[in-house]
Amino acid sequence: MSKPVVIVGASMGGLRMAEALRRFGYAGPITVIGDEPHAPYNRPPLSKEVLAAEVSHEAVAFPQRPATADVNWVLGTRAVSADLDHHTVTDSNGEIHPFGTLVVATGLRPKRLHVANSELAGRHAVRTLDDAIALRADLQPGAKVVIVGAGFIGCEVAATARKLGCEVTIVGPGSLPMLRPLGHELAAEMMRRHVEQGVTFRMKTNAVDLVGETRVTAVVLDDGTTLDCDVLVESIGSHANTEWLEGCDLDLSSGVLTDSSMRALRVDGTPWETVFAIGDVARFPNPTFGDESRRIEHWNIPTDTAKRAAQVITAGFQSPEDLERVASERFAPIPSFWSDQYDNHLLAYGLTALADESRLLDGDISADCVFGYYRRGEMVGVCGIGLRSVVQGYRAAFA
Amino acid sequence: MIKVNVDMAKCQHYGQCVFEAPDVFTLNADDKLEYVAEVDDSERANVEAAIDVCPMQAIFIVD
Repeated sequence: MSKPVVIVGASMGGLRMAEALRRFGYAGPITVIGDEPHAPYNRPPLSKEVLAAEVSHEAVAFPQRPATADVNWVLGTRAVSADLDHHTVTDSNGEIHPFGTLVVATGLRPKRLHVANSELAGRHAVRTLDDAIALRADLQPGAKVVIVGAGFIGCEVAATARKLGCEVTIVGPGSLPMLRPLGHELAAEMMRRHVEQGVTFRMKTNAVDLVGETRVTAVVLDDGTTLDCDVLVESIGSHANTEWLEGCDLDLSSGVLTDSSMRALRVDGTPWETVFAIGDVARFPNPTFGDESRRIEHWNIPTDTAKRAAQVITAGFQSPEDLERVASERFAPIPSFWSDQYDNHLLAYGLTALADESRLLDGDISADCVFGYYRRGEMVGVCGIGLRSVVQGYRAAFA
Repeated sequence: MIKVNVDMAKCQHYGQCVFEAPDVFTLNADDKLEYVAEVDDSERANVEAAIDVCPMQAIFIVD
């Protein structure tokens, strides 16, 4: 029997990878190793529906398909190291998994505040289902919730916590929430809408210390003020989970650097033929947006990159000619993000965060509106509140 | 024929499915999702792709 394809990471990327391998005709063994105890589930509801109501794993689990029924799932187990020359991965139980092909899909984990008394209860991050369930238990009506980090996750949690009757303060280092992806005008408008819903903002400030005996009771800011706090949510960005690959001949400066075939690159820039990276952890080139390789933390990227990697892997199993043909095909997934905060439904295509300028294209900024995002005069993204058909009309510009 | 079902309690009308199976899913003038509930077997791959890209995982094939 041939050596298995070993996929490290059992979230959406790992699942889509296994499914895509089967769809493109690979019938050999597949092992998926994941550190969470749960089978793959959908994360977008975690900052919204899961916080707002009792939700079980079953409600957010991805359906299991017949084609992947024979996949060997090794859950509740972390990969701790890999030997790419000898084709093995070692897991946290000490088990060694030989691989024919390795797919890195280990994603991200939330950054946490670096504070002295870090053991206090009442501190939360929102990445996993268990994180969301734990936070939900703390979001009681009247609770004083301090959210550190004013990105999408922080703002979505703020909106949900307000709906649940909590008092909410957002602390952020920048001048406006969601500033990089939304640009000045739309970010300012979204901040206005949050304020209208009763959220307090403490922008251009950082949390530097926590107060409490066993549970957090206050957050100290770098402007000297102290905020009463029953529940602390830390949404200050993420780290790529690549520590287990340290010592391998890979570029791990931000995630795992790959070529456009999702093949991991050695430090000298040549691709490994048998090592791939997909999803949030992969830093790959996208010709639509110039030469630079980037990690893209958008929900559609795990599915798109898994499909690409599966095409290349299965072509490689066919013949060198098939591999060359598939690898030379243009790969330029269209980034997309969306966010729901109160009744504001944001939808975007492209990479709005690259822009140096944004302009109102349609609608009214105080109601539904669409903004275009430009880098040196060239459109790199579009984002709207409502007006989805208008936003979708621009999508083809980023293909 | 295959039967397509969208859980409209879950659907948030993001419209990602529209690009994967344009003959099955559309956004109407009010930006609400509309879909064809019974489609030819030839649409199966497109509908499966739409299922994959649905952020709310609200689309189902009823076999």
